[in-house]
Order: sequence, then C-alpha cells, then structure tokens
Amino acid sequence: MMAMQQIETPQTGSPKNVQPLLRITGLTTEFRLEGGRRLQAVQDVDLDIGAGEILGLVGESGSGKSVFAQSILRLVQPPGQVVAGAIAFEGRSVMDMSARELSRWRGRDVGMIFQQPQSCLNPVRRIGWQVAEPLLLQEKLSRKAAWAGAVDLLRAVGIPAPEEKVLAYPHQLSGGQAQRVMIAIALALKPKLLIADEPTTALDVTIQAQILELLRESCRMLGTSLLLVTHDLGVVARLADRVAVMYAGRIVEEGPVETMLTAPAHPYTQGLIGAAPQLGQARGVRLKDIPGTIPDLSRLGAGCAFAPRCDARAGQNLESCTLSQPLPVSIRPRHRALCFAAKASSAVSPCEISP
Amino acid sequence: MSVILLDEPLVPTPPRWRRFVARLLRNPSVVVGGTILILLILLALFAPWVAPYDPFKVNPVQRLKPPSWLHLMGTDEVGRDLFSRLIFGSRYFLLICIVTASISASIGTLLGLIAGAGSVVTESIIMRLIDVMLAFPYILMVLVIVAILGPSLWTGMISIGIAGIPGYARLVRSAVLTVKREDYVVSARALGASEADILFRTILPNVLSPLIVYLAFSMPLAALVTSSLSFIGLGTQPPAPEWGAMLVNSRTYLFSAWWAVTGPGMALFISIFGLNILGNGLRDVLDPRSAA
Repeated sequence: MMAMQQIETPQTGSPKNVQPLLRITGLTTEFRLEGGRRLQAVQDVDLDIGAGEILGLVGESGSGKSVFAQSILRLVQPPGQVVAGAIAFEGRSVMDMSARELSRWRGRDVGMIFQQPQSCLNPVRRIGWQVAEPLLLQEKLSRKAAWAGAVDLLRAVGIPAPEEKVLAYPHQLSGGQAQRVMIAIALALKPKLLIADEPTTALDVTIQAQILELLRESCRMLGTSLLLVTHDLGVVARLADRVAVMYAGRIVEEGPVETMLTAPAHPYTQGLIGAAPQLGQARGVRLKDIPGTIPDLSRLGAGCAFAPRCDARAGQNLESCTLSQPLPVSIRPRHRALCFAAKASSAVSPCEISP
Repeated sequence: MSVILLDEPLVPTPPRWRRFVARLLRNPSVVVGGTILILLILLALFAPWVAPYDPFKVNPVQRLKPPSWLHLMGTDEVGRDLFSRLIFGSRYFLLICIVTASISASIGTLLGLIAGAGSVVTESIIMRLIDVMLAFPYILMVLVIVAILGPSLWTGMISIGIAGIPGYARLVRSAVLTVKREDYVVSARALGASEADILFRTILPNVLSPLIVYLAFSMPLAALVTSSLSFIGLGTQPPAPEWGAMLVNSRTYLFSAWWAVTGPGMALFISIFGLNILGNGLRDVLDPRSAA
C-alpha cells in the first residue's frame, strides 16, 4: 500500500506507466424497465483500485453502489446490462472474457461477499464442502486435502472448533459466523481483489467491528485489495485508505480518506459528513440533514442529479447545475469532485485519467 | 491471520437427520406406507426362501384349487401356486417402479434443470417439446411407443418411463426458477462457480425435496400403467408372474375361481396404496411450511 502511494503520488506527469490492479473507465449499467424506459443505475463511472488498497465506496440506498459492485464482476442479470465502459484487471479486459475465463477469474483473482451471509450459503450443503469447493474445483486438490484446507481456512477466520464446525449446515451458524465462513470462501484462493458489498449491514454492532477487523487483517496479510461498499461513514473512516462517494449512479467525489473526511469538496459529501453524529458533540444539537430524497434514476434531467437538494447551488445561485453535467474537478492531488460549486473552492483543472 | 475473536456461542441443536427421522416416524402415512414398501422389498429380495413353491411349476392335478393350507391363496388354471407367484411378482413390481422412475426422473430432471437455468431459447425449445408430449393422452403415448418398440416387459417400462418425462421436467423447471434467484446462487457465481457447477452443485440439491415427493407419487402410477399394459397384452408376457399379467390370465375364471383374480388384484392394490400414502406423508414432512 505504501509503495503504491509513493509510486502514484508524483504521477502528475505521466500516470500511464503505473497500472492499477483494477481500472474502470466509463462504466455504465442500464436496466430496461417495462414500457421501454431505461434506468441507468451506474453512469459513466471511472475508478481505479491499487494493489493492496482498501477503497471505501459510500452512498445511500439506491445510489447504485451494489449494482456497480456487481457490474465489476459482470454479475448483473437481465433486465440489467453493462452498456458501456471498460474494466481492466491487471491489464486484462474483463468485458471481453469468455464464460470460462470469467468463472476462473472470479474466485481465483477476485472474490465477493454480500450483505446477507446466511442466505448466501447453500442451505442444503455442509459448510465444510462449501469452503472446500474452490480448492476442489479451481485448485484441483484431492477431497481429503480440500477438506483439511477448509478446516484451516475456518480456523483462520476465527471460527471456534473448526474441526466440528465444518460439519454444520448454514442454518446452524449465527450471522457473524456465516459472514466469517463467507470470507473464508472468498479468500480461499488468495484473490487479489475482494469486493465486500455491505458486509456488516445485517450483523449486530458488536459483531460488525470483529468482522471489519477480520476483513482488514486478512486483506493486509494476503495483500488483497478491498473494495468496501457501505453506507456507513464510520466503517469507511476505520478501514479505508481512499473513499469514493456515489450519488445517483455517479461517483461525485473521490479522494484519500483523511482529506475526504476533513475537507470534503462536494456538497453531497459535506452533507453526509454533517449528518453523521460525532462523539463529544454537544447534546441537543440537531444533526444536519440533506433535504429531499435520491431522485428517480429513470427520470434524470440534463444537469447534476444532486442539484435539487444542493445547498451550494442554492447559495451561490449557480445556473449551470441544472443545465449540464459537471466535469471532474481536481481539488488537490488524488482528490477530485464532480461539481460546479467545488470549482470555486479550490484550484481548477479538469482531472486526468487517474485520480 | 491472528484475529481470533469468538462469536456468540452456537445454540446446540440435535443433528438434522435425527430430527428428520423423528418427524417421519410421527407421520402415520409414512409409517404405514413405509412398512408396506419395506415388506415388498424384503419379499422381493428373499422370494425364493419365502415362497413355498416354484412359481413356474405346473401341476395339472391341482388346477384352480381354492385357498387351503396346502396352497394359501389357491392355484391358477395350470395349477401353479398363487401365493408363490404373488411373492415373486413383487420383484416385477419393484423393477417396474425403479426402471420407469429412473428413466423419467433422470431425463425429466435434466431437461427441467436446463430449461430452468438456461437461456430463453433453450428454455422455449425444451418446454415446447414437453408441451407436445403433454398434448398426447398419457396412455395413448405409452401405446404408441410400445407399438413402435414391440410388446414386452422392457419396452413397456421404457415407454412408461418416456411418458413420465414431461411431469418431472415441468416440476424441476418451476423449482429451478425460484431457486436460481436466491442469494446463494448469485454468491456461488461471484465466487467462480461455472454454470454447470451452479446447476448440479447449487441448484439441484435445493430442488430435491419436491422431486422426492413427486417420485413417490409417480412410481405407483407407473406400476399401475405397466400392469394395465400387461393386462391388454402389451407388457409382460406369460408365464412371468407379473401381477397385471396374472390378472389377465385369470379373468376368465372370475366367477368360478375368484381367488385367482383377487390375489394379484389385492397385491397391486396394497402396494400402490402403500406407495401413495408414503408419498402423501413425505409431502407433508418435506414441505418446508410444515417444518417445526
């Protein structure tokens, strides 16, 4: 991680020789609705993930962050479809992979875990076999070796008495244990990237911290990059190196976690951080909220999707917000925002390909 | 990885299969049907030791004798011991159940899996084919296939097996359509399972319980139709002691020797009844809504 930063920091000149682990450019995912309408759940998203990096993707419900995560793995099912964009993993184009290459790539190079761990495990099979399966199918280990591997993996993710627990069925596990098992399965083949789609949302608070800690430690140890999709800014602050904020299918701001949380440039990010309660805050002080709700993605106008709810637009009376889509603005190195108002606050130069 | 934090303790539950067996034994239909099935299997396995006579041994002196201590269920028109023939008949009954069910269940399940999980094109091709098969009356389709293959026990079983395919295909397809939207299917795909892995390792085990129930219902029907085929002379050929064939041989003596018809009739009735109520019981026990 540190090495990556040092390579990437002085990239003002030519960022092209540095290849991130995953580079997403112009990704657009569309759903066809009844009556021929189209809904773009993900719109023209550019995002890089470096090797060993933990990237937090934040957004409220319906912002398209889960669809985006699934689009990366080409998991979007009809009526959804990735209609534009490129995904390059270590320089290989994911969009051009055949079904066979794709299933080899998933599991071996990338893993994914989901929000509801208990419903993500096959209810009729013992968890031992479910953990052993990637070892059996992809590593071609013998049944005995795969089974032993499953016990080791379960021990590594902190399942007590793994020799007995391999025989359990998913309904016999608690939510926290099920998520540990999912992490064991996803990391069984030491992938280079793990996508975690709200991994702790369904768990109770004490377990959440344990699972996050496990995710961070496992990824650090294996050198795995982590794309952590969440709506919880606290989770991001604890874990992430870099943060991307998603609103109405677009990444509206992206930057290192320290500057993003202390000096956010986009009015939406400012609103999110203002809305989060803080320890030591005086009692009785109302949390700030963002007026309105996320817009209907199938009825977006030409302008910025956040414009109707935006304080900055109202305050500065910017006309362009409702007329055209803002271009990415570089706030400081590695920090960019998609906003007309952000332009005013900082140095103005359209962002290059790399953050 | 060094973070070992203990989760909340696991609530101890008795092993799943023990609770399942206990639920099975609490269901009277399962107990009665299961007992009949087990008796049938035992009779079929140990027929030569249980049967007092050779089922093919003709004894003209003893023809059409009513039930007595010598011949528990009497004898038929050529003096064969009916009791022994009924016992050996259980082998045919079970053979018919197993062969027809394996043909229709294996092919039907495969077609249903492919139709349910495949593309729209493969689904429409398979399901239209199934619709064509269903457009024929069941018995008519069986007769057509027997007419093509020629009458014998095996062609009868094959034709009934084929005629049973559509039911399995439709059942499995509908089950797959619900299961394939489940989180664990998406999750398996995200973790690198190929479409074949998903079909056979993830989806198939989850559609087994409706399949088992349907199996228990369709087996007795298949056995009944096979016996009907024998009855109209298109199935088992004499002198094989198949119950349907025995019925047809003895029906001319219905008024003079009632026992020659009653024996095989009762054997068929009891066996089919047993399998049917077993199916009923299994449906109740396996239905997730009834699970305690």
